Amino acid sequence: MNDANGTAAGGAATGSDTSGGGASGGGTAGGSTALAALNREHGAAHGYSPRRTLPISVEIVRQFRRRRTLVMFGLLLALPWVLVIAFKVGGGWGRPGGSLRISDLAAEGGLNFSAFALSVSASFLLVVAVALFCGDTVASEADWSSLRYLLAAPIPRDRLLRQKLIVALGYSAAAVICLPLMALLAGTLAFGWNDVRVPGTGEVIPALDVLPRFGIVIGYALVSQLVVAATAFLLSVGTDSPLGAVGGAVGLVIVSTILQAVEALGALREFLPTFWNTAWLDALAPQPDFGGMVKGVAVSVTYAAILIAFAFRRFRTKDVVS
Amino acid sequence: MRLSGRRATWVAVVAVLVIGVAAWLVWPSDPAVRAQEQAITVVDGPADDQRVTLDTSFFPPAGGGKAPAVLLAHGFGGSKQSVRDSAVRLAQEGYAVLTWSARGFGRSTGQIALNSPDYEVKDVRQLVDWLARRPEVRLDASGDPRVGIAGGSYGGAIALMAAAHDSRIDAIVPQITWYDLADALFPNATGQGPESGVFKRMWAGLFFSRGGPQAPGGLAALTGQGGIGGQNGQEGQEGQADGDPRAVPGGQDGRSPGTVRPPTPEEVRCGRFLPEICDMYQQVAETGRATATAVETLRRSSPISVRGRIRIPTLLLQGQRDSLFPLGHADANAKAIAATGAPVRVAWFDGGHDGGNGEVDWLHDQTRAWFDHYLRDAAAGNTAGSTSAPAPASPAPGTAAAPAEVSPFTVTRDGGRDPGTRRPVQLHAVTGAYPGLSGTERTSVPLSGPEQPVAGPPGGSPASISSIPGFGGLSTGSANLSLSVDMPGQSATFESAPLSAPLQVTGSSAVKVRVRIVSADPGATPDAGEDAGEGEEENAAGPRDVTLFAKLYDAAGGTQAPVLPEGLVAPVRITVPEGGAGEATVTLPAVDHRFEAGHRLRVAFTTTDLGYHTPAAPAVYQVSLAAPALEAPTVTGLRAPSTGPAWWTWVMPLASVVIAAVLVLIGRRKLRDDYQPALDAVPLRIEGLTKAYRNGELAVDDLSFTVEPGQVLGLLGPNGAGKTTTMRMMMGLIHPDRGEIRIFGHRVVPGAPVLSRLGSFVEGAGFLPHLSGRANLELYWKATGRPAGDAHFEEALEIAGLGAALERAVRTYSQGMRQRLAIAQAMLGLPDLLVLDEPTNGLDPPQIREMREVLIRYAARGRTVIVSSHLLAEVEQTCSHVVVMHRGRLVTAGPVSELLRSRTAGNGVSTRLEDVFLDLIGEKA
Repeated sequence: MNDANGTAAGGAATGSDTSGGGASGGGTAGGSTALAALNREHGAAHGYSPRRTLPISVEIVRQFRRRRTLVMFGLLLALPWVLVIAFKVGGGWGRPGGSLRISDLAAEGGLNFSAFALSVSASFLLVVAVALFCGDTVASEADWSSLRYLLAAPIPRDRLLRQKLIVALGYSAAAVICLPLMALLAGTLAFGWNDVRVPGTGEVIPALDVLPRFGIVIGYALVSQLVVAATAFLLSVGTDSPLGAVGGAVGLVIVSTILQAVEALGALREFLPTFWNTAWLDALAPQPDFGGMVKGVAVSVTYAAILIAFAFRRFRTKDVVS
Repeated sequence: MRLSGRRATWVAVVAVLVIGVAAWLVWPSDPAVRAQEQAITVVDGPADDQRVTLDTSFFPPAGGGKAPAVLLAHGFGGSKQSVRDSAVRLAQEGYAVLTWSARGFGRSTGQIALNSPDYEVKDVRQLVDWLARRPEVRLDASGDPRVGIAGGSYGGAIALMAAAHDSRIDAIVPQITWYDLADALFPNATGQGPESGVFKRMWAGLFFSRGGPQAPGGLAALTGQGGIGGQNGQEGQEGQADGDPRAVPGGQDGRSPGTVRPPTPEEVRCGRFLPEICDMYQQVAETGRATATAVETLRRSSPISVRGRIRIPTLLLQGQRDSLFPLGHADANAKAIAATGAPVRVAWFDGGHDGGNGEVDWLHDQTRAWFDHYLRDAAAGNTAGSTSAPAPASPAPGTAAAPAEVSPFTVTRDGGRDPGTRRPVQLHAVTGAYPGLSGTERTSVPLSGPEQPVAGPPGGSPASISSIPGFGGLSTGSANLSLSVDMPGQSATFESAPLSAPLQVTGSSAVKVRVRIVSADPGATPDAGEDAGEGEEENAAGPRDVTLFAKLYDAAGGTQAPVLPEGLVAPVRITVPEGGAGEATVTLPAVDHRFEAGHRLRVAFTTTDLGYHTPAAPAVYQVSLAAPALEAPTVTGLRAPSTGPAWWTWVMPLASVVIAAVLVLIGRRKLRDDYQPALDAVPLRIEGLTKAYRNGELAVDDLSFTVEPGQVLGLLGPNGAGKTTTMRMMMGLIHPDRGEIRIFGHRVVPGAPVLSRLGSFVEGAGFLPHLSGRANLELYWKATGRPAGDAHFEEALEIAGLGAALERAVRTYSQGMRQRLAIAQAMLGLPDLLVLDEPTNGLDPPQIREMREVLIRYAARGRTVIVSSHLLAEVEQTCSHVVVMHRGRLVTAGPVSELLRSRTAGNGVSTRLEDVFLDLIGEKA
């Protein structure tokens, strides 16, 4: 151990020692100073560059092996199969009269089933998933105390936040996308590849016409979850408790959903972050209406941009004491 | 820096709150409007000898000053209370508003004369006189106020009638009202007039019952729900049963509070109707046929009797869901008034006596725009009413251009559902000219169907249903809900082929029908004998009348039930000669309806309808089409102005992105390297470093010291001395309040590149617990972005000495194992400056000894180590220099040997660092 350390220290001295006239720099110091100074930006160690810190791939690996990541994806991928089993076991029970609900049509075919799976999970399950990925990302580092070592590495704060946000959003997007796609697969295997029957009137739209719209639906689901993501991210930056950040974001969604039920608020409700969450249903109507989705995107982007800006601003000046 | 930022945040929050509260308080609330209740006595009657006291409310204009006046008339069965909300709204908008309970209603005395020129019209003239004397009302001339009238149904009719009889009235907005009351109650879609019309018995019954004695909560409440103009209650349509409970039960004079006397027989028979009108109604309702006298009486109360005398700007708002006063009445009014040259606008809104949305706000806006233009903005003396000279054909210059907000013809159409509220949305399609009921173009749609027998059931029961008068509210809000039921065997249907393109029908379609009588029971029931028309047929084998109800269905096919647009039906009475066939052109109900591509148009003729009087005698007819086509009117010019996405859908995101960018960019510290080349060789120099806790207590107070290369520096101090805070500031984790830290001459700021030459272990390990020790170190090094070759993993791992445990997840590690792994992480890349906080915590004595060797050797190569520790003996053996801190301040700094020597010199006894330390911090043992 002693030997190893000694030689290592000696070997490294040629590369990283800066001592131009240092007291104990050794004989090689004078020759290497100029070169070393050139290689270094602002006194950085050899090979260090802020732009190379915390590569996306590293952050992905760091997050991926976490149990909660794997459990969440497992849940999202298993849910469609659970639903398929539920429909197979309980099949045949129909509601008399009334207009057709999306749940009445789930067993019509893969696309119908996928829309159903998205509709039942968008309001809560996906919210939790997105809040988890975005709310946990910084807060858990603070919780583990690893944040301070990353910052002292040093990874510039803006860069750390940016990389983490990209990865968290990537995981969130993967979560939102994998559920309907798995549902499409499960539904198609279980109920066949059929045309879409529309809730309400029961009209039928050819499957191929709906497929591009289905892409829009998934895209919209992604964008509408941006608010949750941004809220969770902001809370994540502000707290050392991962559960606090995730719970806070979910709580905000719940409050917003409750407020949404207050009819007295009138048009003000249109600006609640969750108000347009189901607007994607309009894209599956015989005459797709994108008005609601446009508004939803507008509201979502508005909130998300400002919340994320606050997150960056807050993190930049924050004292990291965890 | 930090404190001021925090304060700035608070200041901002408080400022926003203060501004919000102030805005809340200062925000202009609607000006208060106070009603002046007023009993106005008028004299009317054919001989001007009957005194009647009208119960009125006057709402002075909110703005003060002289304002144009608006008379708001209520609907049948209502009172001045029914229009109170509208009155307040108009008064807030700067009008002097007078509402009154018409004679026979509410607390007004007198009897109902159905808007007769001898009674109600004279009352209104005297109300206008009264207005002319009010100081709040603007005058066109002495005794001639600037005044308009608005009202719905019964109130709309009085607006029209008063406009015809009083030239002082300047503009009117009649809603859902009639042109010819006789035609409304005895319609005949063949165009032969009310004398041969089919009695609209349910509506007529409801209408007349509303003028009679009413029990609160009984039929009045039922019909009030949406019956006679109910929930549409904008400008005084009937509706809310009188808000004054005292006026309702007694009915007669409404001035007997608490009276519980039973009504007299006369009261229950005629209610508050004028006896002549009551008698007339009783007669026609019994026979189901209009007598000439009845027609004459009803027409005296109708604008048809004053054709050509209404010469003022008129906005006609008619409901599409109105089986009592269908769109044809507004059409006739519009034509009659337009013939005088007065400006006329027509709107078909989603509402009427059968329910629908009502569009209260839109109607108000239209009404207001009309009055704003013709009452408020028109120059004095220029309004039609004030030009006493009979020049009606040329509207005064000031009124030539109609208000831009009111289109010549507006139709409310279904705009789908609002994506947010999921409520139906109304679109307002407009066009530049009123096309009438026959449209601007006519499309001929071929119909096919064989001659079909239909049966008229004895007693007229069961009856087919088109709409249920008084229960319009049932279908409210659901445009597709159709109550219509055709009884089997009673209807003949003729269908078009599926439409190849959508067809928007706007107006009255027409179809020619042929009817033959197959069998009619000549024996008839006594009922039939009382029917004037059928009475003749019994005796002589002459022409006979056949009553049919024509409907135009939208048949989607498949399992969907055909839809009867707006629940409207056209009753026809066709005269059929003996042994021959009767033919008639039937004008189907005026609707605005879109028949989608693939749908069929279906014309049905039924023998019965719930709402109408039908012959009691059973009969069978053969019904066929005289011409196999339907003439459908269309108005291609009708276009709903396209509404793009709401402005905020693009403004808001753009604004937020800009705000976000500003938030991120301002206050951004440019990573500018503050570099003093002279200090290039100095691993650490701290100058004047100060940091306060949140409570203001100083954690580090004006700390300054310098560390030279090759030193192993011990940072000593009791708990709370500020050691850890200082180390955190060295790592750029905490912002100093004052002072600076320089590492190799570069000032430390968060993320300063020079930190890459600093290895640190402060306040415990920080690892990802789910990863192995090795993965943690590898990922940490990758996160620094530096070349893998610079890491010297093997050396670091050897210091950790974890062996096989390196492959286990960190969460399984003991405290000491984590400690060693963390120190190894700090040494990754062999940094020039190593900062270790309590490195020997949790290590066993051999490991402590080993660690000491490692640190000494590390520094021996010209690197620098800073160690904080409580173990003073350990420090004494490891460190070459010490810095002693106490309560955030520097107590002493220098080589260990010197420190010990200086103390030793004092008392001559060799001393330990521990004693010196305790001495220094003032807790001498």
